Amino acid sequence: MQLSHAGDNAVILYLGDSTSAAVAARVQAAAAAARQVLGADLVDLVPSYASLLIIYDALRTDHMSVIQRLHGIQEEVAAASASEGGREILLPVYYSAESGADLERLAQQCELSVEEVIALHSETEYRVYAIGFAPGFAYLGEVDPRIAAPRLATPRAKVPRGAVAIADRQTAVYPAVSPGGWNLIGNCPQRMFDPDANPSMPVAVGDRVRFEPISRGRFLELGGELP
Amino acid sequence: MSLVVRQPGLLSLLQDSGRFGQHGIGLTTGGPLDREAFELCQRLLGNSADCTAIEASFGGLELDAHTDTFICLTGATMPLAINGRERDLWTVHRVAVGDHISLGYASDGCRSYLGVAGGFSIAPQFGSTATVVREQLGGLRGDKLAPGDVLPCARVTEHRRLHLPQDLRPHYQQQLTVRVIPGYQQQHFDRLEQRRFFSSAWTVSQRCDRMGYRLEGPAIRCEIEGILSEGICFGAIQIPADGQPIVLLNDRQTIGGYPKMGAALSLDAARMTQLRPGSTVHFAAISPHSAHNALHLNHWRIQHMPLQELPQERDR
Repeated sequence: MQLSHAGDNAVILYLGDSTSAAVAARVQAAAAAARQVLGADLVDLVPSYASLLIIYDALRTDHMSVIQRLHGIQEEVAAASASEGGREILLPVYYSAESGADLERLAQQCELSVEEVIALHSETEYRVYAIGFAPGFAYLGEVDPRIAAPRLATPRAKVPRGAVAIADRQTAVYPAVSPGGWNLIGNCPQRMFDPDANPSMPVAVGDRVRFEPISRGRFLELGGELP
Repeated sequence: MSLVVRQPGLLSLLQDSGRFGQHGIGLTTGGPLDREAFELCQRLLGNSADCTAIEASFGGLELDAHTDTFICLTGATMPLAINGRERDLWTVHRVAVGDHISLGYASDGCRSYLGVAGGFSIAPQFGSTATVVREQLGGLRGDKLAPGDVLPCARVTEHRRLHLPQDLRPHYQQQLTVRVIPGYQQQHFDRLEQRRFFSSAWTVSQRCDRMGYRLEGPAIRCEIEGILSEGICFGAIQIPADGQPIVLLNDRQTIGGYPKMGAALSLDAARMTQLRPGSTVHFAAISPHSAHNALHLNHWRIQHMPLQELPQERDR
């Protein structure tokens, strides 16, 4: 665990230098421990792949006190185990050419059948490594190297809501219509961000996510929309 | 009971103090760019610090009063007129049903805060009314103000008429020294690059908005190209591959993968948002300890700024 200054009300903890389930577990443990030791002095946390940004109220406390309290969580964080933590979330996906515009091309590119791509994508358990880019956009890792595909050379101006996509060894569900350069392989009918729902997001950083292939009929039944 | 938007001007947004505690689902903070001018506006009106006001960038906002109330305009030098008659900034003014409030274009600075007694009554989203257009959250419809928008507020007929004495009003110069707390990937910029960063004059580019201010100057090189995406705090100074710094502000994305030199002192980053393209910025390194001293001193200064009562208004 290494600590750096970030700003006048923020410090950042580094819990590793690569992406892995073990590092993600330490990020989770650090977030829980920071919440506890900082209490009401804490303003917000930004957990990410291998780091935790800690934003505190600089009029209530100061960096010396924050750093001292964070030194106290080191042992607890080091003891975090990769198999623990996070909830298990199952997200339904209708994998098809009509709901995933890049599915067939990606299969060809990877020299696999469409069925094999679907199996490789849906049989892996992913960790939510980070949430950002847009409200509710969760970065999930890691995608099987056999279907890891680079981003499109020219991003699409409009990716539909619910699009399930791959970029390198990451996968995600687009929470809203937005521009995007990831490879689209299917669509998830479950809303990933709904400001009027509580909770507004089905997943949090550290959760473990699996995708469950569903039929076209089931997809439409669950409120999915086709382009 | 409301004020109704006749013309929104270039960019007018409803803002409260900001949306905090929601980074976990990827929401940014929003809130007023020039926090000091916003807070003084609320203090002059006797409002709590998290009331909702309008942030008008560059000017052009026009409102019709559909209720009796009191308003105050702070920040950039944007001519304020009520029924065509020019009124003083940093001063609480009475408005009555039928009055027309108009803001001209700023000559000094570019962000102004138009507050109303008791604040505008807007339904919060995720605990805040702050408008973040990119996220389609806050304000009305998650968008900037448009003609015809109704901004509900209370009817107020009696109110203290305070003003900020002339000599205490800020001046928004065209140059600014921004204090920086070195941090994040600072060690990945070699000593020469750090010197170049702290000794150069930087020009505010055309690409400056609520997400960040991009500056132009000599390219700053970093030993590493990118990093694993990590949390970005307010004021963080990101150096992308072209070597031109971006000071990240209220509407920044919450995570990003460019190396960062550290972060601007929040007070200075806020003051920087009053600069227009072409203005000059210098950076100066300070310790976290000095940064905290500055924050406390400034907080005390704003809380204790002596506001003066105006004599009873005789023009009505």
